[in-house]
Amino acid sequence: MSATPTTVPALARPPRRDPVRPRQSSATAARDVRTMVVRETRRQLRSIDGLITAFFLPVMVMLVFVVIFGGAIGGDGYIDYVVPGVLVMCLGFGSATAAVGVAQDMTSGTIDRFKTLPIFGTSALWGHVVASVVRNLASAVVVVAVALALGFRPDAGLGDWLGVVAFAVLAVLTFTWLSVALGLVLSVEAAQSVNFLFLFVPYLSSGFVPVDTMPSWLHGFAENQPFTPVIETFRGLLSGAPETTTALTAVAWLVGFLVVSCAAGSLLYRRRTAR
Amino acid sequence: MTEPMIAVQGLEKSYGDHAVLRGVDLSVRRGEIFALLGPNGAGKTTTVNILTTLVRPDGGTARVAGADVVHDAARVRETIALTGQYASVDGFQTGRENLVMMGELAHLPRRAVRTRAAALLERFDLADAADRRVGSYSGGMRRRLDLAISLVADPTVLVLDEPTTGLDPVSRSQLWEVVRGLAADGTTVLLTTQYLEEADRLADTIAVLHDGRVAARGTAAELKSLVAGDHVRVAFEDPASLATARGLAPQLGLATTETDDKDLSLTAASADPVRTIREVLAAADAHGLAVSGVSVVRPTLDDVFLALTRKESAR
Repeated sequence: MSATPTTVPALARPPRRDPVRPRQSSATAARDVRTMVVRETRRQLRSIDGLITAFFLPVMVMLVFVVIFGGAIGGDGYIDYVVPGVLVMCLGFGSATAAVGVAQDMTSGTIDRFKTLPIFGTSALWGHVVASVVRNLASAVVVVAVALALGFRPDAGLGDWLGVVAFAVLAVLTFTWLSVALGLVLSVEAAQSVNFLFLFVPYLSSGFVPVDTMPSWLHGFAENQPFTPVIETFRGLLSGAPETTTALTAVAWLVGFLVVSCAAGSLLYRRRTAR
Repeated sequence: MTEPMIAVQGLEKSYGDHAVLRGVDLSVRRGEIFALLGPNGAGKTTTVNILTTLVRPDGGTARVAGADVVHDAARVRETIALTGQYASVDGFQTGRENLVMMGELAHLPRRAVRTRAAALLERFDLADAADRRVGSYSGGMRRRLDLAISLVADPTVLVLDEPTTGLDPVSRSQLWEVVRGLAADGTTVLLTTQYLEEADRLADTIAVLHDGRVAARGTAAELKSLVAGDHVRVAFEDPASLATARGLAPQLGLATTETDDKDLSLTAASADPVRTIREVLAAADAHGLAVSGVSVVRPTLDDVFLALTRKESAR
């Protein structure tokens, strides 16, 4: 009974007309990514957590540093020093929410279902990434607006501002792909801790206080960790005096992490199934 | 004679040292409802994952609608739809938004997406809840939406991985109705289940998966005939009658009898139940025994399942 015949009689049921699908193309791939971006945006806008992380938390961090710590740390000029640090921290933990979304989709079997569809391979991941870029640029605008209201006076020209935007996009792309790759391997609970990476590691950089005010055993890490050149690049652009070497170091770090995370994420997406 | 819609031969898959599939053969006809029956860990989900291109097999071949699941995965994905174990619908979207999203991902013509979504919501009795977020749906509603989502692209082959696990009896029979309707329209359905009743009531063909192999395959009736035939059960009104009947059994040629002192019954295997009943009743009359009921007991899939898994484990 367990032998499998190569041909079997058909059932006495009416034949059906199978649907004809359009061939996959760059047009259908763009449609897939767009659909996924709409999905992610809904997830963010419809959760209180998501909205708090995207808009309320960045403003609070800004207020804490400028209003509460500002007086003790550096007086009036401190706001101009600290805004780039706050900005990078906010872009970081704003991107980290992608890890939670991806982990949820893995656990719920949603990613498995997407993988059985004739769609552009990693469109589900690109949905997270594109939605994250849009969301984080919006929260960056809010952060900068609040900073300006608090007395932040940048000296950036138009070109510098364009540089800020371009560099912010690169940073968010990198942070989000890193979060997405982590979300594919972590549980939902563990994925919620990915934002600690972006909440605490920036403190050990030049973002909030100059490195030479830290204990000497921290100098090595603080000067050479990636957040330092990234924050310094924003600081340079916002003060209207970007430094080429720092900017190149930052871009090298970000592109390096981006390539590795994007490749690892895409590979993990293909390999892993729901758990 | 036509090529099977799903053709699986010698499928093997191991995770580390653990062999999950050890040479599975399956053949599913177009328009058939085919049940993969087995306990947890028998390899049901792994088989489903291979057929839906999620997992690559270590050995053997699997073809869906003539397309190889490894070398022609893109074509397989155009043919199948998967409803997994966990009702993977988005709680943060409404029922309609979930359906429209899948219509978009199926690359339906833009105008057709909304009409199709509305028609499916109607068909699955979700029209009233269409614009509520799925997070507020009941378990049964989520499953129905999950199934509706799988049907957006009108799949040729529908794969249902434990579709009714955790559903109440009403939702379960509703879902069975839908699956029967789909098969009647020519959709091929492969479902996995650990419920024997589900396989019995729903499937045209059942394959019992045990320990990574197909232990038996056939219709529910064919499988039941695998375990030794029918039994006759006679119940008595008092313990004295039961005791006397027990003594008489060997004379009537009833070798393997089982007695139940609680409901005062005697059960015996019989190749010809009608004749056995006549003889038992005649003997009861002759000895003045008080009979309260007579019935024929047919083997259930449970018996088949237990017999098969016991045999396999003993190997």
